[in-house]
Amino acid sequence: MTSSVDTAPAARGAQAYEESLEQSDRSLAEFEARHQSALDRIQHFLHGYPTMVPVIVLLVSVLAFGIVAGDRFFSAFNLSLIMQQVSIIGILAAAQSLVILTAGIDLSVAAIMVLMSVIMGNLAVSMGVPTPIALLVGFAGGTAAGALNGLLVTRLKLPPFITTLGTWNIFFALNLWLSGAQSIRSQDIDEQAPILKIFGENFGMFGAQFSYGSVLMVLIFAALWYLLNRTAWGRHVYAVGDDKEAAELAGIRTNRTLVSVYALAGLVCALGAWASIGRVGSVSPQSFYEGNLQSITAVVIGGISLFGGRGSIMGPLIGALIVGVFQSGLRLVGVDVLWQVFAIGWLIIIAVAIDQWIRKVSA
Amino acid sequence: MKRQALIASTALAAALAFAAPSHAQDEQVSACLITKTDINPFFVKMKEGATAKAEELGMELATYAGRVDGDHQTQVQAVETCIASGADGILITASDTKAIVDVVQTARDNGILVIALDTPLEPIDAADATFATDNFKAGELIGQWAAAQLGDEAANAKIAMLDLSPSQPSVDVLRNQGFLQGFGIDLNDENLIGDEEDERIVGNDVTSGNEEGGRRAMENLLQVDPEINVVYTINEPAAAGAYETLRSFGRQDEVIVVSVDGGCPGVQNVQEGIIGATSQQYPLEMAALGIEAIANFARTGETPEPSPGLDFYDTGVQLVTDTPVEGLESISVEEGLELCWG
Repeated sequence: MTSSVDTAPAARGAQAYEESLEQSDRSLAEFEARHQSALDRIQHFLHGYPTMVPVIVLLVSVLAFGIVAGDRFFSAFNLSLIMQQVSIIGILAAAQSLVILTAGIDLSVAAIMVLMSVIMGNLAVSMGVPTPIALLVGFAGGTAAGALNGLLVTRLKLPPFITTLGTWNIFFALNLWLSGAQSIRSQDIDEQAPILKIFGENFGMFGAQFSYGSVLMVLIFAALWYLLNRTAWGRHVYAVGDDKEAAELAGIRTNRTLVSVYALAGLVCALGAWASIGRVGSVSPQSFYEGNLQSITAVVIGGISLFGGRGSIMGPLIGALIVGVFQSGLRLVGVDVLWQVFAIGWLIIIAVAIDQWIRKVSA
Repeated sequence: MKRQALIASTALAAALAFAAPSHAQDEQVSACLITKTDINPFFVKMKEGATAKAEELGMELATYAGRVDGDHQTQVQAVETCIASGADGILITASDTKAIVDVVQTARDNGILVIALDTPLEPIDAADATFATDNFKAGELIGQWAAAQLGDEAANAKIAMLDLSPSQPSVDVLRNQGFLQGFGIDLNDENLIGDEEDERIVGNDVTSGNEEGGRRAMENLLQVDPEINVVYTINEPAAAGAYETLRSFGRQDEVIVVSVDGGCPGVQNVQEGIIGATSQQYPLEMAALGIEAIANFARTGETPEPSPGLDFYDTGVQLVTDTPVEGLESISVEEGLELCWG
């Protein structure tokens, strides 16, 4: 970073500066240490492990609802049901996280997913195309749709918010056009292309019922964790999100990274499309209309910074589970739907407020 | 603004150009049909009904639609175009039932008969007439049917209510309260969902009227009480979602599911025993009756009267089921499939 020419005088200057400050500096540190409250210590701890916030919230809310709502909530069956319920939004949140890590946002995730489920369904059920081919077309379509977002963002230099606001509408219109706003019935899928519904199948374990869809969700998060933390590509994603220009100066081909992020997000959405057919039972063009906002909710509650470059990919998985736990818990306590929506709203605000508070440590 | 004015004046000019020759010929009656969208099968059927009737009566028909549900601006422009073209009557399913009122008033001031189809304007008398499904009756029919199916066991029923949305739009309230009344449950306030005190209601949840919502809501309510045996659903997609849950809980054979709409996939689900009974509504009939009313208005100047006891004209609703119960009129699935939309 620094050249040898200006380090010498700078170092000398810094030394002189440090010398004069050394005493006062030290006493300041002592001052802090003496008066460090429990809250300060928590703040420091959380700053070191930001994903602990959603994890703690999840644990506390599971315990709290377990006490208030009793066995109906705190049973292996209900907890696994929550996993099933959040699986699709969780998968969308995984795609959303990738984009948000680059300081972007993708409003089109749910629209890509629903469009691909309609394409898969139309091909496999209505047109009699072999299911594996229909799935491959869907995966390719999802990747292409994501890449389109990426190209618009990098080539036309459009802000991600505007780009994906546009493509959200475009994909939604295409979805209605292809499907005629009509669902493909569960029974017709069973007859023509049962593989489409495979992620809706359950397996039991210790009284819990896990759907393959919720397993898929966890696997997607695990795979993305590996890519982001163990590959050069992953480091590039974080670098681009943190400071695109600096990343470019460091030799990262930022546009290429961005397009690959959007394309991968599109592919994840297409996987979500397959899983959603199993979860919903039918190919439903009207479902998941607000899936984009729900995915952003999970990401935010999961502690990923909307400004990019910060946060763990596992956060949104926890975030999606927190939303599911709140909905299930409040439901079982007998709280009206209206107040469930109200609670989720506060959850978002509190999550972001805690995040800001933790960051103040470094400030 | 400038562009909008330009579009409006272009539309006006175009409309005048078209209108002029039609008036030169001997007084052909002309009508406009404005729907929320032209994609939803419900509106597609409406357009079919209006087109066929207009052809039969030798009328001129222009059709317009918003791009998506909620596209108010396009509907306003459509009404303006209809006024400019000198239409005799307008049939409209309004996207924004309050905001459309002003331009509708302008149309009426120009001597045009305005009929609200399917969705009443707010206030309802902002239109000359409203042709719609009696949603309360639609709910009542399936409520009565479900109670009759259970017989004496209706006293011990455990009911799940799968509604539309937390904002409780009128169609949501009417169908829900109609069902409960039909089932024999005290409503308390009939403008409010969820204020009933009857122990037989396990709970209410919302579905957004789609499969995903139906599935989730059913899961939630089964967690509250796994012994639910009657499920009311706002529409057939929600019912299909609820059935997926019942199947995954292994309860599909012990639970009665009822619904409203009468779309073709829904009636097919009645045929296969997924839905026990559904109340079918008739968009095609709605539009055809509307066109007839416009023809009548152009000839005699008479505006259509509402059905007795209602503030709108009831375009009919029928119970579709293959297990009819005594004392409750219903049609078979076969008949339902002939009349279904979508």
